[in-house]
Amino acid sequence: MEGDIAQMGQFIGAGIAGLGAGLAALGVGNVAGNFLAGAMRNHSAAGGQTATIFIGIAFAEALGIFSFLVALLLMFAVT
Amino acid sequence: MADAPAGGGLSIKPMDQFEVLPLFGGTEIRMFTITNVTLWMFLAVLVITLILVLGSRGRAVVPSRAQSIAEMAYGFVYNMVIDVAGKDAGKFFPYIMTLFMFILTANLLGLIPTAFTTTSHIAVTAIMAFAVFITVTVVGIVKNGTDFLSLFWVSSAPLILRPILAVIELISYFVRPVSHSVRLAGAITAGHAVMKVFAGFAAFAAIAPLAIIAMVAIYALEFLVAGIQAYVFAILTCVYLKDALHPHH
Repeated sequence: MEGDIAQMGQFIGAGIAGLGAGLAALGVGNVAGNFLAGAMRNHSAAGGQTATIFIGIAFAEALGIFSFLVALLLMFAVT
Repeated sequence: MADAPAGGGLSIKPMDQFEVLPLFGGTEIRMFTITNVTLWMFLAVLVITLILVLGSRGRAVVPSRAQSIAEMAYGFVYNMVIDVAGKDAGKFFPYIMTLFMFILTANLLGLIPTAFTTTSHIAVTAIMAFAVFITVTVVGIVKNGTDFLSLFWVSSAPLILRPILAVIELISYFVRPVSHSVRLAGAITAGHAVMKVFAGFAAFAAIAPLAIIAMVAIYALEFLVAGIQAYVFAILTCVYLKDALHPHH
């Protein structure tokens, strides 16, 4: 298998950037888990916080998507 | 991608589905060339018009199916705007309803097999995100004048920390349109690429049943994501609007 070293660096970089998506999963799981833990203790307050949890998930998720974007840029946009 | 492996082997091209192509021949794309993006955005507008305008035309007491969809969407978005951004944000409700319905419909239309997902392009989402950013900034300045700058001056923090916080708040304010647009486009792109990869796995007989089962599960997840991303885009618009209308921390 042939190829130049720059391309190898590109692919390795894309793989490392992909790790960020997994780390963002930790963040999203943390948000949702803590929400559930709080909601189990106080059911009546949980209903009003639906918007808050979605905002929290969105912010945590966005950073994972940034790393996905970096991976995509390395794979397809960098020449 | 790099070069496809020659002579069979694994050759999945998950990004080919996002290619913008002219509809009526030719390969050149100019400013007003009708492309598949144009077609699918037009279809999204058409579907929204059919549901919201024609569907609720009857104004029946017992609503038809289209009318009850329209009523549910209206009530859902209206409650969201009032809850998150406050009572005086009611006059921005039509704008947020437009954004929500367009993104939701474009996402759902993109889930039809062989369809084109317009919201997977940053060009499409960035226009919406920058429109929101400019609207919110202008509204904030017009409504509060220089008081709008207190959004960046956190008066509840200790005095020594406030300049540092002001810089952080300023950066986070100006990165909003980027994260707003990349979140939607990235989530949709990622989902569709994953579906394409699993569809590619189905070509191998050994893992085909597993790939098809996984495909069904991912499709259901993407259906959920289509709704959630539209909701998140609309609710973040409401949050930004709340910051503009009531800039005090």
